[in-house]
Amino acid sequence: MTYHANEKGYYGEFGGAFIPEMLYPNCEELRHNYIQIMEEPSFKEEFDQLLKDYVGRPTPLYFAKRLSEKYGTKIYLKREDLCHTGAHKVNNTIGQILMAKKLGKNRIIAETGAGQHGVATATVCALMGIECIVYMGEVDIARQAPNVARMKMLGAQVRPALSGSRTLKDATNEAIRDWINNPVDTHYIIGSVVGPHPYPDMVARFQSVISAEIKWQLMEKEGRENPDYVVACVGGGSNAAGTYFHYLDNPDVGIIAVEAAGKGVNSGESAATSALGKIGIIHGSKTLLMQTNDGQITEPYSISAGLDYPGVGPMHAHLFKSGRGEFISVTDDEAMTAGLEMAQLEGIIPAIETSHAFAIFDHRKFDKDDVVVVNLSGRGDKDLDTYIDYFKL
Amino acid sequence: MQAEGKLLSIYFTAGYPSLEDTVKIIQDLEKSGIDMIEIGLPFSDPLADGPTIQESSTKAIKNGMTSKILFDQLKDIRESVSIPLLIMGYFNPMLQYGVEAFCKKCQETGIDGLIIPDLPVDVYHEQYQQVFEKYGLINVLLITPQTSDERIGFIDRVSKGFIYMVSSASVTGSGEGFGNAQTQYFERIDNMKLANPQIVGFGIKDSETFDQATKTSKGAIIGSAFIKHLTKFGVDSIASFVDSIR
Repeated sequence: MTYHANEKGYYGEFGGAFIPEMLYPNCEELRHNYIQIMEEPSFKEEFDQLLKDYVGRPTPLYFAKRLSEKYGTKIYLKREDLCHTGAHKVNNTIGQILMAKKLGKNRIIAETGAGQHGVATATVCALMGIECIVYMGEVDIARQAPNVARMKMLGAQVRPALSGSRTLKDATNEAIRDWINNPVDTHYIIGSVVGPHPYPDMVARFQSVISAEIKWQLMEKEGRENPDYVVACVGGGSNAAGTYFHYLDNPDVGIIAVEAAGKGVNSGESAATSALGKIGIIHGSKTLLMQTNDGQITEPYSISAGLDYPGVGPMHAHLFKSGRGEFISVTDDEAMTAGLEMAQLEGIIPAIETSHAFAIFDHRKFDKDDVVVVNLSGRGDKDLDTYIDYFKL
Repeated sequence: MQAEGKLLSIYFTAGYPSLEDTVKIIQDLEKSGIDMIEIGLPFSDPLADGPTIQESSTKAIKNGMTSKILFDQLKDIRESVSIPLLIMGYFNPMLQYGVEAFCKKCQETGIDGLIIPDLPVDVYHEQYQQVFEKYGLINVLLITPQTSDERIGFIDRVSKGFIYMVSSASVTGSGEGFGNAQTQYFERIDNMKLANPQIVGFGIKDSETFDQATKTSKGAIIGSAFIKHLTKFGVDSIASFVDSIR
């Protein structure tokens, strides 16, 4: 039994490539080449070098002493918040920009919700001197002004998605349409483990550096490679995929996924896809997604812009359906409280996405000797306005 | 088939401009001399479509259109309409309805076939072809200028009816007219002597593009331009649109 993708891009019954024929050559070119390119020594060398010198890897694995004392268990934080641009997203964009170069592409497109992936994409395009176009929902452009400014300063063109609900899923639609219209010279950098095969597997592989590092870092600190649990928040699921990757097929390591319940799973304003979603097709992938009985995709809600995707990557749908992963939903209020606690116990202000992962300790007991690694996927600077409003700071 | 021998097919979004317009639009299109109709089942996230069809779909969903309502509206359509009718829609609404139940309902209603842009030929062939054939439905598959000869051959073998030839690398409704690249592509396909006739879609908006598209193909499909016409002139002006094409 494996929880990795098979060669057709399926995780159990989830995944695949449900794409219009217009996208077939683009995806086929990528599918045919991605593993081979990733395994080329020259690619690996350049990727590793950039992760080290440009991104600042390895990121620390930090023993959170005060948090551990409070919850009576051993909690380690994987500090992806210390990556250049402030989150794990850049691991993937570095990998994909190198992939695009190998494939001879000279134009990059991306979608973004809160703007984190857009910034990470604009960053690597600036680094490589490649044209960059980021699609972003008109609604998100209005509420994420600092990230729009960052992208522009980095030389990217930000194009508003004006269709549908004018948020992340519509930005993704617009990026896909752009790719249909520009099939030869353009590479589409998807920001999460979503979309048609090979994207979920390719993005997971680029993010797998997270769990590769956890293994040797934990060996240094605890004398063992395997924690008892790995914990991550899941929107589309890229930081989670990276955190789980090298532990997926190891039953000794528990996998915990934390989703955004918004105002409550049954409030009608939620993004808890595993609880609310049904199997369907979104952005070329068969997965769990939030939809009406008639199969129209619905708009999710979370206080965290990075978690309000109506679907979840096919790896995670499979982890949920098979029972391999434990899925927990955390409300806006629980996440915000956990974020504040992290700030005051450890001196780290996490992104609100990440704060969801920390709320796990109020939901679930761990044994005193358990080693629990939580991926601290991003820093909270971008969320200061939301924290200020919420806590009246 | 018209005197000039080229088939003209029209796409419209069911439930647009108003929820109850579906049957009238179909009847008026037949009266105006259209050869085939693609009834668009609206979807919230139509990836292969441009802004015109996205907007008509959003409006149709807002108006309350669903798979069930569409089948209810089409219940007696074969009492008044005899030209071929296809349903064009994305795969997710069909998956939620149940693929077999959807096919069965199509057969009961008198629908001749389906066009599902995001159901790739491989998946169709492995998982759904038997169900489609059980209910006597054709599945119209797409080819594009980027589709390899080998894959076109496979699509031709799987197809029973005709092949939908996407005119250029684009989403719907973005046509700037046809140039040299299209002419070469049309000729390349014509020279392949496929078993299934081809109908060209995407970028056809007036009589000029219709004539260009049908030089080597059996016919052509107009979608976005017709929706724009409906938006501007309403559902009582269908004949004038059709007359402007030929």
